[in-house]
Amino acid sequence: MNGRAPLLEVEHLTMRFGGLVAIDDLSFVANEREITAIIGPNGAGKTTVFNCLTGFYKPTVGQLTFHVDGHDLLLEQLEGFRIARAGLARTFQNIRLFGQMSVLENLVVAQHNALMRASGYTVLGVLGFASYRHAEEAAVARARDWLDRINLTERADWNAANLPYGQQRRLEIARAMCTQPKLLCLDEPAAGLNPRETAELGQLLVSIRDEVGIGVLLIEHDMSVVMGISDHIVVLDYGRKIADGTPDAIKRDANVIKAYLGEPEEEELPPEVAADLAAELRPG
Amino acid sequence: MAGRVLADPAAIESRIDWPAALKETGLAAFVALVLFLPLVGMETIKIEGGTGLRFRFDWVLIGVALVAAGRLLLVGLRTVRPETIAIATTPVARIPALLGPYARFLVVAGVVFAFVLPLLPFANRYVVDIATTVLIYVMLGWGLNIVVGLAGLLDLGYVAFYAVGAYSYALFAQWFGLGFWECLPLAGALAASFGILLGFPVLRLRGDYLAIVTLGFGEIIRIILLNWYPVTRGPDGLSNIPRPTFFGMEFSRSAPEGEVAFHEFFGLSYSGFHRVVFLYFLILLLALITNAFVLRIRKLPIGRAWEALREDEIACRALGINPTNTKLTAFALGAMFGGFGGSFFATRQGFISPESFTFIESATILAIVVLGGMGSQIGVVFAAMVLILLPELGREFEQFRMLLFGAAMVMIMVWRPRGLFAHRDPTLRLHGRVGIAAGGPERP
Repeated sequence: MNGRAPLLEVEHLTMRFGGLVAIDDLSFVANEREITAIIGPNGAGKTTVFNCLTGFYKPTVGQLTFHVDGHDLLLEQLEGFRIARAGLARTFQNIRLFGQMSVLENLVVAQHNALMRASGYTVLGVLGFASYRHAEEAAVARARDWLDRINLTERADWNAANLPYGQQRRLEIARAMCTQPKLLCLDEPAAGLNPRETAELGQLLVSIRDEVGIGVLLIEHDMSVVMGISDHIVVLDYGRKIADGTPDAIKRDANVIKAYLGEPEEEELPPEVAADLAAELRPG
Repeated sequence: MAGRVLADPAAIESRIDWPAALKETGLAAFVALVLFLPLVGMETIKIEGGTGLRFRFDWVLIGVALVAAGRLLLVGLRTVRPETIAIATTPVARIPALLGPYARFLVVAGVVFAFVLPLLPFANRYVVDIATTVLIYVMLGWGLNIVVGLAGLLDLGYVAFYAVGAYSYALFAQWFGLGFWECLPLAGALAASFGILLGFPVLRLRGDYLAIVTLGFGEIIRIILLNWYPVTRGPDGLSNIPRPTFFGMEFSRSAPEGEVAFHEFFGLSYSGFHRVVFLYFLILLLALITNAFVLRIRKLPIGRAWEALREDEIACRALGINPTNTKLTAFALGAMFGGFGGSFFATRQGFISPESFTFIESATILAIVVLGGMGSQIGVVFAAMVLILLPELGREFEQFRMLLFGAAMVMIMVWRPRGLFAHRDPTLRLHGRVGIAAGGPERP
């Protein structure tokens, strides 16, 4: 690739649920300062990959290596919360905010571990030490910085559950970023957004890559987002990797077109739909 | 409700689904009949050579008619003004909102009142005793609020920690001759360890399942206390538990050799009331410490992590929060305050037996937390007053007071399904309190 160091290496990942093979011998690399997208038709196993990476599932076979601060961490051996502490943050397909807590609190909870240390594991905090107060101020400042980026500063004191859907999506990304991750994993961040919000999301992800300088791993159905911002795309179908490369290469890949549109001789799709899909996938 | 114009009666008439309404009313009346027939309809009376039954069917009929009428009214209300039930805009329900601006003043007034209560002219032994009981429940409610209100872990066996606190004080005093003040931290620590002990097996459980296991834990503790005769003296209980001292001074008529009793030191004539008042102030202090601690810890990372855990455990894990430790701290700290309350109970009563630690106690404490509004500190105070004082005031109604109590609970749940004070204030604010809309649109 373009000389960037690998951040996450997935090797021979296989996940079986009983007789069902959800992921079959998948290998790919996500680099730092790059947006890597995982795409594929419904049921291709994309979210399962995420759940293996973030410790919600234990992979049946395979090695997941996370290169962080000169160490190699084997994610398949870590508990979920330790993976997050190591610097791999994620969002969820169905938004999981702390609904009855305020927007600001959502962002401060994300900085729990740093604040816990500053509060002397609660002891110093209860006694009212100044060191904790400073740490809390810093946490609020960081939260405020992210609120500014996602245009939610006005609504910092709202309950998260009361926000409109698009703002909840942005807040969940900001919350994940407040954990100061090295790799941000987003599970369909554009689902349910209108075209304007989708465009803003693309800009936000690019700014996370370029300004914060971390890697982004993205599952997405919206091809305009994926093709527009990704540096590198992995295509899954029935749990297998069928293509891996730059957006331009993916658009021309015969296997990908077949997976999305079916075999050329099969005339199952109405011509208009096929034409639309082809226009979306083909260059130009 | 302000400014809302009621639709004309004819329109309302047509909107009520009479067959369904009558069906619901009939069902309620039937259930009431089944319940009231044995509960109200039959009275045991003394007759020659034993006891006999007297039937009071007129009472049953009155009761059933009342229930049916109430149900019909509720059905009607729901049709005519759905928001009455849903968003709770009835006058009763608006009380917390109306109190809002004066909340701080009310809290200060309440604390001042609590401090001067024993000095007021109407304060006699009975009043101060009842107030002490209320404060015990307030303190336990505040302690349980950590587990149920903040961490969202439904604990039906809280009384177990209360029992551990009480028995550890009684046993330490008996075996090692320790006084109340030395035992208080020991009892708290012991109860906290039991909290962790309970916490471990239930880490993976949530909701109903957790409730069942905690319920079982509460019973296990009680049954151990009942059967471990050599240590706990089983159903006979432990008596002669030492009373608390005021900086080493006893509240007895005559102090032991070489010491001074409280009344002698202050040049007062001996009165049993002194000890009652002292115990009152002791529990007031303990309760206020509990409250200060809970309010403080809520604003610390651990408190926010508890609330986050209540909202979404999976999201917590994805943010690097260790759910195991977080839950265990909630159990341990909640149990610790139960332990403090228990040792106070032991020193106040001077006698404890497993009978004081039955499930009904757990249920009462939980009801206080739920009724007050989960996580609301002030709600606990109000709910404790309602739940402890109501049966006390209802003494004239004798056998019907539990019925009144139940009716009151039902009404609160209809009007305020999320508790008397369900409002939650964020622990941090970016913009300060700017108007009502600061928290965003209120949800029902």
